[in-house]
Amino acid sequence: MAFTNEQIERYSRHIILKEVGAKGQKKLLNAKVLVIGAGGLGAPVAMYLAAAGIGTIGIADADEVDLSNLQRQIIHQTKDVGKPKVQSAKETMEAMNPDVKVITYHEFITSENILDIIKDYDFIIDGTDNFPAKFLINDACVMAKKPFSHAGIIRFQGQLMTYVPGQGPCYRCVFKEPPPKDAVPTCKQAGVIGAMGGVIGSLQAMEAVKYILGVGDLLTGYLLTYDALKMQFRKVKLPSDTHSCAVCGDNPTITELIDYEQAECDGVGL
Amino acid sequence: MADFNITDSIDITDVNCPITFVKAKIALEELDDGDILSIKLNDGEPVQNVPKSIKEEGHKVLSLSDNGDGTFELIVQKVGD
Repeated sequence: MAFTNEQIERYSRHIILKEVGAKGQKKLLNAKVLVIGAGGLGAPVAMYLAAAGIGTIGIADADEVDLSNLQRQIIHQTKDVGKPKVQSAKETMEAMNPDVKVITYHEFITSENILDIIKDYDFIIDGTDNFPAKFLINDACVMAKKPFSHAGIIRFQGQLMTYVPGQGPCYRCVFKEPPPKDAVPTCKQAGVIGAMGGVIGSLQAMEAVKYILGVGDLLTGYLLTYDALKMQFRKVKLPSDTHSCAVCGDNPTITELIDYEQAECDGVGL
Repeated sequence: MADFNITDSIDITDVNCPITFVKAKIALEELDDGDILSIKLNDGEPVQNVPKSIKEEGHKVLSLSDNGDGTFELIVQKVGD
């Protein structure tokens, strides 16, 4: 595949980079990334992936755009209120970059459909807002041997980690199981500062791009936390022993996907 | 000017920096180690920047000659794959 003059110009700042070049840009154009959640995290992730020329972007979200989303979910606009988020996200991405093919999944991700949805993708982004979805994505990615980026944001805080099969702990190694219902507030109850999705989501997009290019060090084996009020990032080393993990360990006890019950107030896209 | 066994040649006189270097870089990426690329480029910014950037990428600049019409011919050997 040869670049068109328009592509040479569009991706010139990538191609100039020693770590990218024409070969790297072609890897990006041939890559398939799935973004689960078109909310506070998913919005900037999807936009940076589209701008970077990720050739196929899947976007999954069951919700419609709500006016209260627009303070942080920058892929949607005021005119999109009421529209399925995946549709609004698709329109924004396609307007940004005609090289990108967007596949929408206007449905909740469940134990029934997740393996079928993730199977065609090279890298998965967890941009969801609830623990059941986070554990489901983790377990499915472990079982299907798919790399993914986990992230969560609330109030003025955010965190992320990257899982690559065989290269360090999974989300369940660190957080054994979902907290009891209502033990942890959702962002609907607790609030979240708008730019937090931008900070953490952009880092997730960066991990996906680095993984596809095969450059640098990924956030595998580490949890990166960000406290916006203290303006403090911490890169916490995670225990490297994954042998006893219930899903990615040597003798897994979780061999089937679990649909945990969701707290009643969940379900609004973060 | 010494004769080189030129593998491929490109003309980047129709574009401005940094697209000049981007086009040279793409052409070099398609060659094999040791292949030689001839690049026709404009005087001024392209002649100042493109040879330098190509060297920074690790390739070998073999010659740069003035065509006498405001353009230059740059001969580069690809290093690495």
